[in-house]
Amino acid sequence: MATVTHNKKACAVNPLKMSAPIGAALAFLGLDKCLPLMHGSQGCTAFGLVLFVRHFRETIPLQTTAMNEVTTILGGLDNLEQAILNIYNRARPEVIGICSTGLTETKGDDVDGYLKLIRKRHPELGDTALVYVSTPDYQGAFQDGWGKASTRILTTLCEPRPRTAWQVNVLPGCHLTVADIEEIREIIESFGLYPIIAPDLSGSLDGHIPETFLPTTLGGASVEKIRSMGGSAITIAIGEQMRWAAEALQEKTGVPYRLFDRLTGLAANDEFLHLLSEIAKDEIPLKYRRQRSQLVDAMLDAHFYCGGKKVAIGAEPDLLWQIGSLLTDLGCEIEAAVTTTHSVLLERMTTEEVLIGDLEDLEQRAAGCDLMVTHSHGRQAAERLGIPFLRMGIPMFDRLGAAHKLSVGYRGTRDLVFEVGNIFLDNLHENDPDSWPLPPENDHAQAETHH
Amino acid sequence: MSALTSKVEAVFNEPGCDVNQGKSDKERKKGCAKQLTPGAAAGGCAFDGAKIALQPIVDVAHLVHGPIACEGNSWDNRHAASSGPKLYRTGFTTDIGDLDVVYGGEKRLFRAIREIIEKYDPPAVFVYQTCVTAMIGDDIEAVCKAAAAKFGKPVIPVNAPGFAGSKNLGNKLGGEALLDYVVGTQEPEFTTPYDINIYGEYNLAGELWQVKPLFDALGIRVLANISGDARYSDVARSHRAKAAMMVCSKALINIARKMEERYGIPYFEGSFYGISDTSESLRNIAKLLVQQGAPQELLVRTEALIAQEEARAWARIEPYRARLSGKRVLLITGGVKSWSVVSALQEIGIEVMGTSTKKSTKEDKARIKEIMGDESHMFDDLPPREMYRILKNSEADIMLSGGRSQFVALKAKTPWMDINQERHHAYAGYEGMVELMKQIDLLIYNPIWEQVRRPAPWEEL
Repeated sequence: MATVTHNKKACAVNPLKMSAPIGAALAFLGLDKCLPLMHGSQGCTAFGLVLFVRHFRETIPLQTTAMNEVTTILGGLDNLEQAILNIYNRARPEVIGICSTGLTETKGDDVDGYLKLIRKRHPELGDTALVYVSTPDYQGAFQDGWGKASTRILTTLCEPRPRTAWQVNVLPGCHLTVADIEEIREIIESFGLYPIIAPDLSGSLDGHIPETFLPTTLGGASVEKIRSMGGSAITIAIGEQMRWAAEALQEKTGVPYRLFDRLTGLAANDEFLHLLSEIAKDEIPLKYRRQRSQLVDAMLDAHFYCGGKKVAIGAEPDLLWQIGSLLTDLGCEIEAAVTTTHSVLLERMTTEEVLIGDLEDLEQRAAGCDLMVTHSHGRQAAERLGIPFLRMGIPMFDRLGAAHKLSVGYRGTRDLVFEVGNIFLDNLHENDPDSWPLPPENDHAQAETHH
Repeated sequence: MSALTSKVEAVFNEPGCDVNQGKSDKERKKGCAKQLTPGAAAGGCAFDGAKIALQPIVDVAHLVHGPIACEGNSWDNRHAASSGPKLYRTGFTTDIGDLDVVYGGEKRLFRAIREIIEKYDPPAVFVYQTCVTAMIGDDIEAVCKAAAAKFGKPVIPVNAPGFAGSKNLGNKLGGEALLDYVVGTQEPEFTTPYDINIYGEYNLAGELWQVKPLFDALGIRVLANISGDARYSDVARSHRAKAAMMVCSKALINIARKMEERYGIPYFEGSFYGISDTSESLRNIAKLLVQQGAPQELLVRTEALIAQEEARAWARIEPYRARLSGKRVLLITGGVKSWSVVSALQEIGIEVMGTSTKKSTKEDKARIKEIMGDESHMFDDLPPREMYRILKNSEADIMLSGGRSQFVALKAKTPWMDINQERHHAYAGYEGMVELMKQIDLLIYNPIWEQVRRPAPWEEL
């Protein structure tokens, strides 16, 4: 049980947090033939774009309503209308995902109202889906934006449909990578089930080489597939950030949901596979029985090096829970936990305190730890402290293949256990003659020289 | 906001800019920002531009007053190098929440400045305004003034909220902050007849250090480089330079002109990209210094150094000539870099099959035309789809551009070289051109191209 505290600083130093609108934009990037549009000044989009390009090393379709001082004061209807028409004419996307920003929220633009008006004025937009999510920059963090956008995508597009017993919805949080999503898909499919994943970054940002150049996303959850989610047997949500979306979908379509707060770790995956076998009314495939046993063995091999190790983690709540719980499972002690926003998971962490703060807070608390875990911005802090550094989360701009880092399922957990164990192995403490000094008062030789 | 509006107007009405001088009064009033098209715009905002221009001042704290997006999404994303202090790489932001939006963020800003000074004790704090805090009426000038008085330390307001306009405008507004609050506030310990300023060089990937040895060899002292690897005191003392050079097109032209007006520091516009451009710049610096009273012999020494260094550079580039001659380059970049790099590439027989002139001025275009022979290879705006087509059809052997279009080239399985702000390699001066040729050669001749272009066996016809 942890106490959740908020740092009292007026100045965030080396931010851990990123903004909700770009979290929402990333969710839209998990839809097929989509163009996310940020309603704000062009910098709002440019910063998000550069960040994602550096992380994914991919083209990122992301547009802006290019608000300026005057249009902000007069209201953004004209800019939004022009932006939607320009995007429609140039790119013909299936979906335009619109996120507001601090700028337009402070002004108080009624985007829902604008969209109704724009629809009425422009019947040519036809069945181009317009999904709007309100994400003021000064509320919440990246994962909140992702969660809100996912909710709006489902409530805007889904309708109740006749049930298909073998169809399973998957709502992954933004802490899952492309590789994680692919793994989850493969596990579900191996039970003979048909997963529909939304948002699905594994289709759009997996680094494939398309045959032609498109101004929208290419791959991801299509509008048609998302519409059919209303007829699935069950929704599997991964990460607390997806609870809203799963609940909203249930409310609208009656599809029940099951939420997994993580899919990293032995027990979590046991539960996951058990659920799938119940839905499929089938046995656990041999492949996964074998992988389970490999994970058990990995834990046995690694625990020697993990037990009692002090770790400092800086991550958004769901990722903090995922990696923090695994490290606790292996016997590590969470010495410092810093996060970006509120979540019910925080007080369940096995540590004294979870701080909503920044990387300066993490750096101060991480001194003397055996490992620091956070996104790439933590590299300077880890270097200053001289402690090993494990990169996790977005952004990861100083590593290749950030999207292909796997940490879910038995196999992903196994690899992560090895990775962590190897870091500790690399940094084993070597003893020297002065490792075990006596306390000064018992040290007679020293006492004598003083006489 | 009236202060900002008048500042923006003043920056737009730039007498040092020839384009501006060619306009009628009416046109001039409209300003020089191209109207952005919603849904089809690219590029950073004014805040981004101000940060680019000022963040390379390495020993000060750069504090962003706004919601998390402005700093949280963008910090630590450029490679302006420092030879010493690292404080500029620390991200500081007030990270305002909804309560601040309702009640105002001025108190939080003041406390933030106090925390920074108590913890990091920098020579100065730069405070950047952003859209939301500008809208709710936070008066950063007043807060900075109060903080400076209270803590006895310069606290510099940078009033360039994103919605004021483009990145380029932001560069200039950043420059205005230096002119209004920093330049002339300290005196150098001594001056020499060989003191110069450089404006608009950000020391990306350490490019300043490719040309600084040339100055050192000539006994020329860079009093202030604004702003790459600069210290606060360099900028504060820069008004004592004898001459100046303005690089990076016209990003900081307002600094150049006002430094001339206020302190009589003459400047010229030059570039360190390309061999002949580098030589020309060295010549111009020497000429200006002599004009300002430096001994005549500087000109002779400069010519001697140019002859030596040009010969050395060409000798090192020679091995690449045979390998690169006849290769076709698609060059996508803005402004000054286009023509200076074009001439350098042509000097060793690389063919520039096309170049973009989106950000170039009329002069730039005229020069490109002069160098390239005609206009047929100048694209005002090359949409990614067309860019992809050119590369996919193998009409170019390599594309040189900024990071944005990198994947258009890579997905077309064509070599690509980064020549924008995020680049890791330094291409300035004589050294830079040798490095440029080396990199182009490495990229074009990498063995992957043959492998990745070969279709899978089951795809062969």
